[in-house]
Amino acid sequence: MILGKVIGNVVSTMKLSIYEGYKILIVQPINNREEPQGKTFLALDTVQAGVGDIVLIIDEGNSSRLIMNNKTAPVRTMIVGIVDSIN
Amino acid sequence: MYLGRVIGNVVCTQKVESFNNIKLLLVQPLDEKLKKIGDPVVACDTVQAGINDIVFYEGGREAALGLKNWFNPSDLTIMGIVDQVNIGE
Repeated sequence: MILGKVIGNVVSTMKLSIYEGYKILIVQPINNREEPQGKTFLALDTVQAGVGDIVLIIDEGNSSRLIMNNKTAPVRTMIVGIVDSIN
Repeated sequence: MYLGRVIGNVVCTQKVESFNNIKLLLVQPLDEKLKKIGDPVVACDTVQAGINDIVFYEGGREAALGLKNWFNPSDLTIMGIVDQVNIGE
């Protein structure tokens, strides 16, 4: 899992049905000192994260398919937690 | 998942059988400020995206799973058309 910071969101109505019901957030990956590290990407939100939140991200297909309980879901990146503090 | 803009399409009659009646679009990857990053790539279309549409796409195995018959060699598939990109607020 990786750490990231939510910097925005994406609104999309015309999309594969599997994506319905999930917010799509724009995430900037960060290191443990909360400094940006790497390219931004989009992730499906499962914990109602908002802009500015530090979040925990799953970046692996099988784990995402487990979360979505669908063996053929074309999903790889999902937000699975909101981080309170990094020590 | 990454953002991109459809800048063209690719017509291909001689291709792998599992790609039959799958539209191939030329996509320019974009960052969150919709600025170009990297070179254009070819992606399979599942949502009837048109030229100049902002889309989001997925790579790897998930790209193949995005198509109806998921046993296909796609490594980049468009999963949705973006209506709005909001940064900050």
